[in-house]
Amino acid sequence: MAYRNRVAVLGAGLTRFMRRALETPKELAFEAARAALDDASLEIDDMDAVVSVTAPDAFDGVHMNGEYLADGSGARGKPFMRSYVGGGSGVFGIINGWYHVASGHFDTCLVVGEEKMSSALPHPQGCFNAIYDQFLERPLGVNLLWIFSLEMNRYMTTHNVPMETFAKVAQKNKRNGMDHPSSQSGISGDYTLDQIMDSEVMAWPVQRLMVSPVSDGAGAMVLASEEFVKKRGLDPVWIEGVGWNLDTSYWTNRDLYYPRYVEKAARMAYEMAGVTEPRKEIHVVEPYDPFAYKELHHLEGLQLADKGEAPRLVEEGFWDRDTETGIPATPSGGLIGVGNPISAAGVMKVAEIFWQLEGRAGKRQVKRSVQRGLAQAWGDLMQVGTVVILGKQS
Amino acid sequence: MSQRVAIVGVGYTSFRPSSPEVSFREMIFEAAVSAYQDAGIEPGQVDTFVSVSEDYLEGTAIADEYVPDQLGAVLKPVHTITSDGITALGAILMQLRTGEFDIAVVEGRSKASNVLYPAYVEAMALDPVSVRPLDFHPRFVAGMEMRAFLASSGNTAEQTSAVVVKNRGNAQRNPMAAYGCSFSVDDVTSSKLVADPLREDQSASTADGSIVMVLATEQAAARMKGNPVYIKGIGWGQETPNLEERDWGRAGYAEDAASRAYKMAGIVEPASEIHLAEVDDTFAYKELQHLEALGLAAHGRSGAMLEAGEFSFDGRLPVNVSGGSLGCGYTHDLSGLRSVLEIVLQLRGEARWRQLDNVKLGLAQSWRGVPTATGGVAILEAA
Amino acid sequence: MTDQALTQGEVFTTRWRGKMEYEWDTGAAVGRFMAGLKDGEILGLRCLQCKRTVIPPRAFCELCYVPMDRWTKLQDTGVINTFSVSFVNWDATRRETPEVPAVIEIDGASPGVGILHVLGEVGEDLETVVSRVAIGKRVEAVWKPAEEREGSITDIRYFKLID
Repeated sequence: MAYRNRVAVLGAGLTRFMRRALETPKELAFEAARAALDDASLEIDDMDAVVSVTAPDAFDGVHMNGEYLADGSGARGKPFMRSYVGGGSGVFGIINGWYHVASGHFDTCLVVGEEKMSSALPHPQGCFNAIYDQFLERPLGVNLLWIFSLEMNRYMTTHNVPMETFAKVAQKNKRNGMDHPSSQSGISGDYTLDQIMDSEVMAWPVQRLMVSPVSDGAGAMVLASEEFVKKRGLDPVWIEGVGWNLDTSYWTNRDLYYPRYVEKAARMAYEMAGVTEPRKEIHVVEPYDPFAYKELHHLEGLQLADKGEAPRLVEEGFWDRDTETGIPATPSGGLIGVGNPISAAGVMKVAEIFWQLEGRAGKRQVKRSVQRGLAQAWGDLMQVGTVVILGKQS
Repeated sequence: MSQRVAIVGVGYTSFRPSSPEVSFREMIFEAAVSAYQDAGIEPGQVDTFVSVSEDYLEGTAIADEYVPDQLGAVLKPVHTITSDGITALGAILMQLRTGEFDIAVVEGRSKASNVLYPAYVEAMALDPVSVRPLDFHPRFVAGMEMRAFLASSGNTAEQTSAVVVKNRGNAQRNPMAAYGCSFSVDDVTSSKLVADPLREDQSASTADGSIVMVLATEQAAARMKGNPVYIKGIGWGQETPNLEERDWGRAGYAEDAASRAYKMAGIVEPASEIHLAEVDDTFAYKELQHLEALGLAAHGRSGAMLEAGEFSFDGRLPVNVSGGSLGCGYTHDLSGLRSVLEIVLQLRGEARWRQLDNVKLGLAQSWRGVPTATGGVAILEAA
Repeated sequence: MTDQALTQGEVFTTRWRGKMEYEWDTGAAVGRFMAGLKDGEILGLRCLQCKRTVIPPRAFCELCYVPMDRWTKLQDTGVINTFSVSFVNWDATRRETPEVPAVIEIDGASPGVGILHVLGEVGEDLETVVSRVAIGKRVEAVWKPAEEREGSITDIRYFKLID
C-alpha cells in the first residue's frame, strides 16, 4: 500500500549466551546494543527510537523491567517502548522496530532483547508456574515442562513420530551451535544419538538433551528507513514481511498437534513479502526450537512441510546446513545449540538470517545460495507465533 | 504521506476501589462490548490489537496470554506493550500508519485491588543492586521528588493540596470516578505524612476498571458510523531510570514527550492553543510539575495559576475535569488511557454533567509512576 | 562465570525476597464453576450461537463474541487427549515418583474441549505409566469427600482409568 516505507537491517550484535553471567541485565543489554551499532558503523545518536524486549519480569527480578533496562539499551532521552509476547518477544522486537520505521515516524530504531534468567531463585523454571490460569490450573501444582510434554505427546502420537527423529533434530542443532561464537560450552557439541536418547527423562516424552538450557544473554539489531539507507549509499538486507498471531488462552480446548497461530502469522508475513510458494522462496529458516519437537512443529506451521511431513524430511537431511536441495533449518544451532535467554534468543534467530543473507555467517554459512530467509519465535501459553522474513535484493 | 488516525469508539467500566463481582476477563469484556458498539463494528473487523499490562500487577507471568478471548481477538495479531496507555496508543498509531491495517484496538485494565502487597511490587521496580538493599518503602522516591520540585519551582505544599481539592471536587461530576468528595486545603494538609513532604491525601488511591478503544485510519473512519476524534500529535519520553542521576525538579520525560507531540501536531504555543488537559496526578505535586513540563504553565507559576482558578472546571484551561487519578482512582498504566478517554468524551460533547463548552483540542499526559521517569503525551482534535 | 567464583566470594550478589501475593476475583463464570465443584459437579457452559459446550467456563463465547450463561451439568468422566509423565518439580528438583498431568476431554462438553488435571493410580515408574496410559483412554474423576471440598479444581483429587 501507498504508505508503507521499506525497512532495512543495518547491523546485529549478540553477547555470549551463558549459564550465569557476571554482568547485570543492563550491562548485557549495553554489550549487545554496542555490538549492533558497531556492526552497522553507527552511533547511539544515529538512533531515533529504541525498542526493548525481555520476557517475564520474574527472571530479572525487576517489576517494569523495561524501565530498568532503558539506559543500558541506549534509550535515555529517546522514545522507548517495550513489547511483550512471552517467548515470541525476541522476534516481535524486530516487528515492533519495523513498525516504528515503516510508519514513517522514525528513520532509525535500535531493538534490544535481554534476558538474565539465572537471578531467579530457587530456579528460573519456577517463574513459569505463573503462566498457567490462576483459578483452575495453578492450584494443581503445575510446572512449565507439563505444557511442552503434553504438546509433544499429542504431536508425536498424532503423526507416529519415533523418538529418534527428535534426537536427530537435537543432534543437528547442537552440532550447528559449535560454530556459533555465542554458544554456551557444553550446550553445543558433537553428541551421539544414543547420548541424546539416553539422557534423563524430565517430563516424558521430553528428555534433557532435547531441551534448550536457561541462559543469560542479550541481542540487538539496528533498523533503518529506505531514505536513511539511500543517503548512505548502502545495499542492505530488507525486512520483506512480518506477521504475528495469538490464539485463545483456553489451550485445553485446542488440538495441540498443530500450531495454527504460527500458520496465521506466517501467512500474514508471506502475503506482505509477496511470497506465494514458501517452500521455493524461503531459502533458509530459523524456526523456534526451545525443544527438539518444536522445530518440526513450527516448520509445519510455517508451511515449509505438510502436517506430519517435517519428521520424515529430517531423515532425508532436508533441514541440514549443507543441504543443496532442502531448506537449511536452524543453521545457528538455535536455542538447543546456542542457548535460550528467551528474548535474546529470538533476536539471535533474526540476526542469523541477516548474517546468512549477507554471507557473513562464517563456518555456519549454508551451502546453497540464499536471497530470502525467515525467522520465527513462539510463546505465551503455547499460543503466539511471530515471524520475520528478510530478503537481499537491490 | 501521513495517514491521519482517529479514535472511533470507546468503551469503559466505571472505576471503583474493588470489583469482586467480575473477573478481569469479564471486566474487559464489558468495556470491549461497549467499545465495539460505540464504533459500530464487530471484533472480527479489527486487524490488530494491543494490550497494556505489567506482569506483577496482574500476578501472572506473561499476562499477554490472557488477552485475546474477551476482546474477540482469538487468532488475530495481538501483542502487549508494557508501558502506559498513551505509549500503547503510539504503538497503534504507528501500526495503522504502516498501511498494513485499517482498524485497531487498544485495551487496558486495572485489578489493583487484587494485589495484596502493592508496596512490594513497587519496591521491585527499584534497582536490585544499588537501591533495593536500602530497604526503604518505595514511596520515598515521590517524597524526594516532591521536595526537589517545590524547592526548584517555588510552588508550595499548600498549592499541591489545592490540586487535590480541585480534582476530587471535579470527580463529583463524574459518575465513573471512585473518589469524588468535597475537601478543604486544610483537610488535605492535615492528613498523615507518607514520605515528607508528601501526605497521604496527596497520593491517589488505587481503583479497578477497564477501557477499550477502537482506532482507525482516516479512510476507514470515514466508512464508520462513529464520531471520530483525531490523534493530532503523540510522543513518549524516557529519562534516566537511575535515581542517582536525575534532575529531580523537572519532569524531563514529559518535556520530551510533549515536544514530540507538539511538533507532530504543529502546536507552537500550547498554553493558548490547547483547550483542556488531563495530566498525570498520581501525586498532587505531579500535576503542577507536569503542567510546567508541558508548557501549560510557566516555570514556577503553576501553583499560583491553580489558586487563581485557571485550571478549574470553569477556568481558562480546565485540567483534570474528570477528577484525574486523585478523583477517579489510580489505575496504573490504564491511567493514561483514562486521560485520553476523558478528552475523547469532552471533544465529542458527551461528558454530560462535566461537559465543557467549545473544546476542540485537548491534551492527555501520562506518567508510569514510582520509580520511573517515563510517560506519554497525546494531542486530540475533534472531527 | 564459574560456580567457584560464586561460592568463594570472588563475585558479589544481592538477595531480595518479595511478597508477591494476590487474591484474584473469580467473577461470575469461574465462581459458579467452583461452587459446582464444591457440590461434586462439573459444570459447562453452552453457547446458543455456535452450540459449543465449553469448559473451563467463561462468561462469553470467545468465538461468537456473545454472552454465555446456559449452564449444563457435564459428566465427571472423559477421554485422555494427551498426557505426560513428569519427574521434575516446579523448582527443577527431581521427583522419585512421577506426576502424570493430562488434558482430559470431559464427557458432555464439545469434542476436543478439555481441562488440565492429573491422573492417579496409574503407576509409580515410567514404564508402568506408559504401558497403562494412552491417548484416547477413558477416565473418571476421583473426588475428595464432600466435607473436604472447598470450591477448587483440587476438589477433584485426580482422574483414574476406567477399566
